[in-house]
Amino acid sequence: MTFEQFLQYALSGITMGSIYAIVAIGYNIIYNTTGIINFAQGEFVMLGGMTAISLNFFMPLPLAIALSVAIVSLAGASIDILLIRRLKKPTVLNMTIVTIGLSTVIREIALHIWDEKVRSLPYFTGDESTSINILGAYISPQVLWVLGVSAVIVMLLSVFFRYTVPGRSMRACSANLMAAKLCGINTKNMITLSFVLSAAIGALAGCVVSPITMTQYDGGTPLAIKGFAVAILGGLGNSTGAVVGGIMIGLLEAFSISILPLAYMDVIAITILLLILFIKPSGLLGSSEVSALKDY
Amino acid sequence: MLLALAVVLFQALASITGSEYVLTQMTMSGYYTLVIVGLTVLMGYTGQISIGHAGFFAIGGYTTAVLTTKNLLALQNSPLAAFLLKWGLAVHTTDPYGAMIAHVSPWVSLVVSVLITMIISFLIGIPILKLKGHYLAMATLGFGTIIYHLVLGSRLFGEADGISSVPSFVIAGPLRITGDTSQRIANYYIAWFIVIAGIVLLVNLINSRAGRALRAIHGSEDAAGAMGVNTARYKLSIFVLSAVFAAVGGALLTHFNGSIGPSESSVVKSVRYVAIVAVGGMANIWGSLTMGLLLNFLSLRGYLGSYDDAFFGLMLIVIMLFFPDGLLTRETLGNAAGLIKSLKQRLAGKDKGVRK
Repeated sequence: MTFEQFLQYALSGITMGSIYAIVAIGYNIIYNTTGIINFAQGEFVMLGGMTAISLNFFMPLPLAIALSVAIVSLAGASIDILLIRRLKKPTVLNMTIVTIGLSTVIREIALHIWDEKVRSLPYFTGDESTSINILGAYISPQVLWVLGVSAVIVMLLSVFFRYTVPGRSMRACSANLMAAKLCGINTKNMITLSFVLSAAIGALAGCVVSPITMTQYDGGTPLAIKGFAVAILGGLGNSTGAVVGGIMIGLLEAFSISILPLAYMDVIAITILLLILFIKPSGLLGSSEVSALKDY
Repeated sequence: MLLALAVVLFQALASITGSEYVLTQMTMSGYYTLVIVGLTVLMGYTGQISIGHAGFFAIGGYTTAVLTTKNLLALQNSPLAAFLLKWGLAVHTTDPYGAMIAHVSPWVSLVVSVLITMIISFLIGIPILKLKGHYLAMATLGFGTIIYHLVLGSRLFGEADGISSVPSFVIAGPLRITGDTSQRIANYYIAWFIVIAGIVLLVNLINSRAGRALRAIHGSEDAAGAMGVNTARYKLSIFVLSAVFAAVGGALLTHFNGSIGPSESSVVKSVRYVAIVAVGGMANIWGSLTMGLLLNFLSLRGYLGSYDDAFFGLMLIVIMLFFPDGLLTRETLGNAAGLIKSLKQRLAGKDKGVRK
């Protein structure tokens, strides 16, 4: 293939890959504090896009996006408060299955609120026909938005976890919950905060990618599966791994279109997930000793 | 056997009240229940949560659909078709336009689909059963999704339309598995006969030496291994067995319905099976049977309306949170008050945090 084609595929792959990476980082945040795999992560992305689209009818775009992020964060918090806190000693597996059921319920609720129509937010800058020429590949300015927003999210999160008190409290919870409690950290609130954060970044990702990939009620599940594949690929709990894994899977999917029929594109990420689970479940950037020691 | 009596009673009741149309849904529920009881043994007695069993259902159904809808007479030049025709393994019928066609005998396609399912579940099972906890759940989920996408994307499997005009399954003489309303009663009995046979098989398994080994594995895998139980082999065998149950249910339901579509392999169907197993009690075959019957019947009759999938998702959430042992345990079977009492107990027993 020519260089321009190569670049086109690569850029498309990196775009989708960064969305997968954001979803994977959402998984990592919740996994780090609770050990649960929140399968409803994909639904957060879908909800963010859908809510913003509805709100956009009443208010300008930036406000709609901000409000949608707030609403979805609230939803994430309520999931934690209503469901995750409920049980005395739930096993992690039970909670994961609960989130799978939860994603089904959220999807059906979205179907009843918003119909099965495919919608999208308007492009942030320009419209469907504007395109920027980068070395021969034509991309929409929205792609730059996606890459920019994803990079900002990753940077802000690493600053948050490293330099702010709530961030460091969350890292303490993930290292050892009992010890964190003994230090006076309110672990219940930290867990809620992790859900809020995951929901927020998921919603933001959903808003920013909506003009490119459209949003519909069942768009959450493929994202959840692919995001999980990325999280596992990079090592569960490892955010750098999530970014690397996301870009890898995004690129693989994009280039697979030149070989396989389009219908099989979704199978790639899942196959990689299964392969990683079978061969090296700790992921590329995870260490096998550490993951063998973990209880879950 | 009590169940057989109940089955006959129900049919008599249906005939008397003139509402024989419910028998169709009961027949379909029967085939789905076949899948569910197989899954019960897997989840309850070996503790492996499989959220991908709809994939095996689809493998069974699609294999038999593809095989029996190919017109062998048109392919006479291929050696395989000639082989099948020569050995009388094909069924000759006329198609709607009056021409002679031949398709693979449903018996053969059933055997083939069971064999294919055994091979696939064996190959998938070896690496999957090494995984623990939520990795296992996600891996099975991934497997089910792969089957869904493969089926949805391949022309061979009819893409989004699925495969239709699957011929009926002639068992002997006038007895056949078909969606014909004239054969409704016979089909009802065929379906439930197979389900009862399946349950008898599983109950015998559970009460045997192998069953005790399984219960040991479920209690504690390491302890069972220390006592000399070959845990890997047992887990794999039960995985394959439950996959075969699912495939047989899928194949027979395809013949009954006359068609199969990609939605039969979707994640929501797998979630439905897991939810029904969970609500009946993880290791409780009778519970799964009852719940499978009840809930599938409600869903097929349309009482759940457009909230079908949401209902099962919600049920899964509620069961996993509040009734992890299922609804039909001794303490909840007492009476409705018992149900509320156990719910109150669980809510009162919560404490801070979520650590397992």
